[in-house]
Order: sequence, then structure tokens, then C-alpha cells
Amino acid sequence: MDTLLAARLQMTVSLVFHMVFAAVGIGLPLLLVIVEGQYLRTGQPHYKALAKTWAKAIGLLFAVGAVSGTALSLELGLLWPKYMEVLGAVVGHVFGLEGFAFFLEAIFIGLYLYGWDRLSPIAHWCCGLVIAAMGMLSGILVLGVNAWMQQPVGFEMAAGRVTANEPLAVFGQPLWFYMALHSTLACYMAVGFAVAGWYAWRALGGRRDAAVRAGLTTAMLVGAVTAVLQPVSGDRLAKYVFDTQPVKFAAMEGQFKTETHAPLRIGGWPNVETQSTDWAIEIPGGLSFLAAHDAAAEVQGLDRVPRDDWPPVEITHLAFQIMVACGVLLSVLAAWFWIAYWWRREALFERCWLLRAAALSAPLGFLGLEAGWFITEVGRQPWIIQGVMRTSDAVTPAYGVPFMFWTFTLLYVVLGVTVIVLLRRLAVDGTDR
Amino acid sequence: MDDTSQVWINLAALVALVGVMAYALLGGADFGGGVWDLFAGGPRKRQQRLAIQRAMGPVWEANHVWLIFVVVVLFSCFPRGYAALSVALFLPFHAALLGIMLRGASFVFRSYQSRQEDAAAETSAWGVVFGIASIISPILLGAAFGVVTEGQIRVDASGQVSLARTAPWLSPYCVTNGLLALATCAYLAAVYLMNETSGALRDDFRLRAIGAGTATAILAGLVGLFTWQEANWFFMRLVSLRTLPVIMVGLVCFAGSAWSVFTRRYRLSRLFAAGEATLVLLGWGLAQHPYLVYPDITFADAAAPMATIRFVLLSLPVGAVFLLPSLWLLYVVFRQKSIEAE
Repeated sequence: MDTLLAARLQMTVSLVFHMVFAAVGIGLPLLLVIVEGQYLRTGQPHYKALAKTWAKAIGLLFAVGAVSGTALSLELGLLWPKYMEVLGAVVGHVFGLEGFAFFLEAIFIGLYLYGWDRLSPIAHWCCGLVIAAMGMLSGILVLGVNAWMQQPVGFEMAAGRVTANEPLAVFGQPLWFYMALHSTLACYMAVGFAVAGWYAWRALGGRRDAAVRAGLTTAMLVGAVTAVLQPVSGDRLAKYVFDTQPVKFAAMEGQFKTETHAPLRIGGWPNVETQSTDWAIEIPGGLSFLAAHDAAAEVQGLDRVPRDDWPPVEITHLAFQIMVACGVLLSVLAAWFWIAYWWRREALFERCWLLRAAALSAPLGFLGLEAGWFITEVGRQPWIIQGVMRTSDAVTPAYGVPFMFWTFTLLYVVLGVTVIVLLRRLAVDGTDR
Repeated sequence: MDDTSQVWINLAALVALVGVMAYALLGGADFGGGVWDLFAGGPRKRQQRLAIQRAMGPVWEANHVWLIFVVVVLFSCFPRGYAALSVALFLPFHAALLGIMLRGASFVFRSYQSRQEDAAAETSAWGVVFGIASIISPILLGAAFGVVTEGQIRVDASGQVSLARTAPWLSPYCVTNGLLALATCAYLAAVYLMNETSGALRDDFRLRAIGAGTATAILAGLVGLFTWQEANWFFMRLVSLRTLPVIMVGLVCFAGSAWSVFTRRYRLSRLFAAGEATLVLLGWGLAQHPYLVYPDITFADAAAPMATIRFVLLSLPVGAVFLLPSLWLLYVVFRQKSIEAE
């Protein structure tokens, strides 16, 4: 395995792992604040039981997320030193702001988890609010750095060094806004449907007490609201990518040839040799319409740039199909659930098919979220900083990268398995006692 | 490089140094807690571990954010130096990172795998991982300091990074630096824990403080000797007029903390121990300045555009307005009543 491949794979493993915990750190505190708020409002003990169980889960998941986040902050420099040299000089300060948000989050997590008996109920709930807000904010700030990699702004370079910088420029960079919206919603969506799926599973197993019912409906509420908003934010983001990163857009859609009346391809497999996307269901003019509100609009294909500048088309297209499919399925599920709820109220907990569908859909939000990140990061290749630095030029000259890749992969597997085992135990000990 | 730029650059270097100090005082004590967890023994083995766990539980995550703080200040204000360090210290940094990840994860895994709080104090696989990882990481980080001050990292005009010899972190100088870092962490942890416990349990930690303090003193002497031999330029700087007074006051603090441990002046011993670690690090910073990576990269060579440095530095007081009261709240809420041995 060569250094470049090993470094990219180590980055992939680290990011895929961390994204799960980052999303939980953003999404779960929101659910927590809702149920603890319900407890404060109604005084019903099952809300507090739920809050306590989720808080325990957060304690575990946040710690692992802090660990994998620390790893990433160092790995970025260790694996991609030249990239970090430019990125640090231009948008390092955004990471600095993220550091503040994360620091506050860590402090209030400590207060929240260990402060049930030491703080007044309202003060305790406020700590939860701070965690939810800071989790969201730190996610958004990291996205600022990522958006800058996709669309670098505000600096000058000479002979490989950054010579001048406008630190505020990145704050006006539009891609950041679209990415932040889409990604934050994705975190709430992933966590909402995962938690809903878990309680649907418990309900199928015969546990239909107040805590399980409240857990399912609260999580489904968050899931449904985000499932409605997500297509809107996705559409805005895709249109912006169409305008600013046409190569990535072409790879997402499997669009090899520049054409007007470009069809929207659902599914299919891009064949790089024949330069066509085979076996897709095509909706004539659909892509032109989605991208530019005009079925006759021209959509730039991969043929506009040299082959060396193509991202891996298969992965980008596949990831895009997976993400959209997850979103559609979850929207259908949310609609089904709330129609059933409106129709039958609590009796819906007897509806086995609905509960089975919800339980089976539990991982879909996370699958969609990871797929979305594959589009963003694989679709950016071969650039590490779009148009400025190639990934192959940024990789470390150090020896031993493949060894580190295997070591860290093993570590992540051990951490992942342990977290699953401990979460299961927590769930069994918690509300289900 | 005009004068105002130089002032900003030095300020940024100072901020990075303050981050290192905070990490040493707080994160370092966490490492030390791991050491004493591994070496818990005697009739009060369980209580020792419980005391460590209760002291660390609410604060360890916040303590380790200081590492991120240092990393962020380095790559945003001194990106060229950060890149050179990342290339040269690829192996030890990765290994230290592995240790930091393992200890953080194993600390929570251990407390989540047991159903009662007390059970986490039993010897367990994750507990051993926690202890060993707590030992490895400070040694590696200390050795990395050694590599830098010894001048083993060379950077040519085109930015190519090379090591003056293979695995320089294995030199006697670097290894003793690592061991000194470990002993200091263990000493700090024992002194802090002495303040959080009482009775026979407190005496356990007092004995440990005496042991770790003695080791620290011996290792500090050895490091001084090796510095003189292997990093002579650094030794001359340490005994120069601008650094020596700081080092001397640091040594006085160290003596003061030893005296107060012996005479059971617990709070004073904590103050002196923290003062010692802080002043030694300040002395290191003064001696190494203006070099970030001796002898090829100064802080000015490594500096980001002034606009970035100014933004980072000006954001600090704004962040502090939110952070300091929160940190104060955290430590006040969990200032524990001393843990009695049963």
C-alpha cells in the first residue's frame, strides 16, 4: 500500500467513525433538552427516566467523540502537513473558534452529567441547552473550514506560502451557509430516526410503557421536522454546487457529456470507460430543471475537464444515490407514522408493520449522513483544496503511514465494538429495567 | 519584519506556551492520575482508585481540550513550524495520540462497564489500558520536546524536513526528558489528590508524592546533565541571565513543595508544585525563543499572515469571557468534600 492511499484510507476511517459521534453530540442533546423540558413542565417521572438514560448515552458517546475528534485534529497535520500549512494560515482561526465552542460543550457536559443532584432543575436544564447550542455551533464552525476547502477564498499565495490573508472572508462564503444547514439538519435527522428506531424495536418486544412511547414520539417529531426541511436545504446546496463545483456535480449525477435537456438519473452505474451511466432510470430534462429551473438548461459534464481532474465517479454517484434514497425512505416513514398517530393516537403502538419499518430504518439516517460526506469529500478529489492543492501533493513524506493506517483502523474497530456493547448494556439497564 | 509584527508573533508564542502550561497542570495531572490508578495498592487500593475517578470524572474532558488549544494556536499562528513538526515527529506524535485516545476511551469504558460506581475500582482490562496509556503518552510528549531542543529536526530552504539521525527520540537526553515529564505528572497528581482526600487515604497519596517528587528531582538533575552534553546551546540559554532567574525561582518552588509535603501543608504544596511546573515551562520557553524548531525555524519564519495571528489573539479575550466563568463554575460545583478512607 502506498503512502497516499494509506493516508486517504486512514482519513476515511477516522472521519466515518468520528461523524457518527459528532452527529450524536449535535442531535442527542436536542432530544435531551426536549424530554427534560417536558419533565420540568409536567413533572411526569418517565420523562426524567428518559433524560437520565440519554444523558448516560451522551456521556459515553461524547467522550468517544472527543477522543476521535482529538485524533482528527492531529491527524490532519500528521498526514497532510502541506495542506495544514496553508489551511492553518488562512482558516486556522475558524478552528480556534470551534475550539471555544467545544471547550464550553465539554465543560457543560461535565456539569450536566455529574450535576443532577448539585444543580437546581432549571440550572441543570440550562446546562443541557448550552450543550445543544455549543454542539451545533462547533459543528457549524468545522463546516466553515470544510466549505473553504471546497471553495477557497480570501488569501494570496506565492511560492507555496500564504502571503496575505483576509480572515473575515470565509465568513461571507456562501457554500458554508448551505453546507451548515444541510449538515446540521442531517445530524438531527440521523439521531432522531435512530432513537425512534430503537424505541420502535423495544415496543415490538412488548415494552409499551410511558417512557418507550414518549421516546418514540419525541424522536419521531424531531425526525419528521428535519425530514421535511432536508430536501429544501439539499436542493439549495445542490444548486450552489452546480454553479461552483460543476465537476463534483457532474460526478454526483453521472453526467459525462455536457448537454442541454440533461436527464435526472435515478440509480445506475457510471462506466468511466464508455463514459455513460448505465441502467439508470432517466427522467428527461429532470437534471437541467433541478439544477437551473429550466428543462432546457445546459449541464456541464465531466468532459469539460481533463481526465486527471475527475473525482472517482462511481463512488460519488453511488453515495449520492444512497443519500437521496435514505432521505426519501425516512420521509415516507415519518409521514406514515404521523398519519397513523393522527388517526389512531396511542393505538399505533399496536401497529406492528409501522414499528417494524421504524426499527429497520434506524440506521438509515446515519447511512445517509455518511454517504453525504462521501459525496462532499470524494467528489472534491483530486483536490485537497479545490483548485489550489492536489491531495497527492499534500501527503506527508514520512515513513510508516500504512502501518499507522492499520493500527488506527484496529483501534477504531475495538472502540466501535466496545461502544456498541456498552450501549446495549446501558439500554437494558436503563428504561427497560 | 517590523516591530509590531514581532510583538504579535511573540504574543502568539506566549499564548501557545500558556496552553502548554495549562495542559501540563491539568492534563498532566490526569496522566498522573492514570499512573496512580495502575499502581494503586495496599489496603486502600479501591479507595485510591475511587478517589482518582471522582476527582477526574467531571473534568478530564475539559482538561484535555488544552492539547487541542495548543495544536490550534500552533497551526493557525505558526503553520510552517507545525507542518515541520508533524513530518519530523510523525511516529512519536502518532504513538502519543494513540495513548491519549486509549486512555480517554478506557476511562469511560471502565466506568460504563460496571453497574455500580465502586466496581470500576476493581482491576479490569480497560483499567490496565488506562494506566499504561497514561504512562506512554507523557513520556512520548516529553521526548518530543527533547528532539526539538536537541536540534535534531532540520528544515532546508525548500521546506524539506529531515531528521539529523534516525529515531532521535531514543537518545538518552530525549528519554530522560520523557521520564521527567512522566514523573512531574505523577507528582502533580499525587499532590492534588492529597488535597482531595483525608485520613489514611491522604497519607497514601502523600507517600506517593514523596516518591514521585524524589524521582522528579533525580530526573531533573539528569536532564540538566544531558542538556549540557547533548544540547549545549540550550544549556547555555538555560543558564543565561534572562532564563536563569526563572529556573531558580522554579527550583525554589520545587523545594517549597517538597518541604510542605513533608510538613503536611497540603494546600501550600499544591500551590508550590503548580508554580514549579509553570516556571520550568516558562524557563524552557524563554530559553528556546526565538526558535520554534531549533535551529532552522524561528517563530517569525513560521508565522502565518499577521491578519490571521491578530484574529486568533483578539478572539482569545472574547472566548475567555465565556470560558472563564464556565470553568470556574465547573470546578466550584465539583469541589468535593474530601474522600475519607472507610
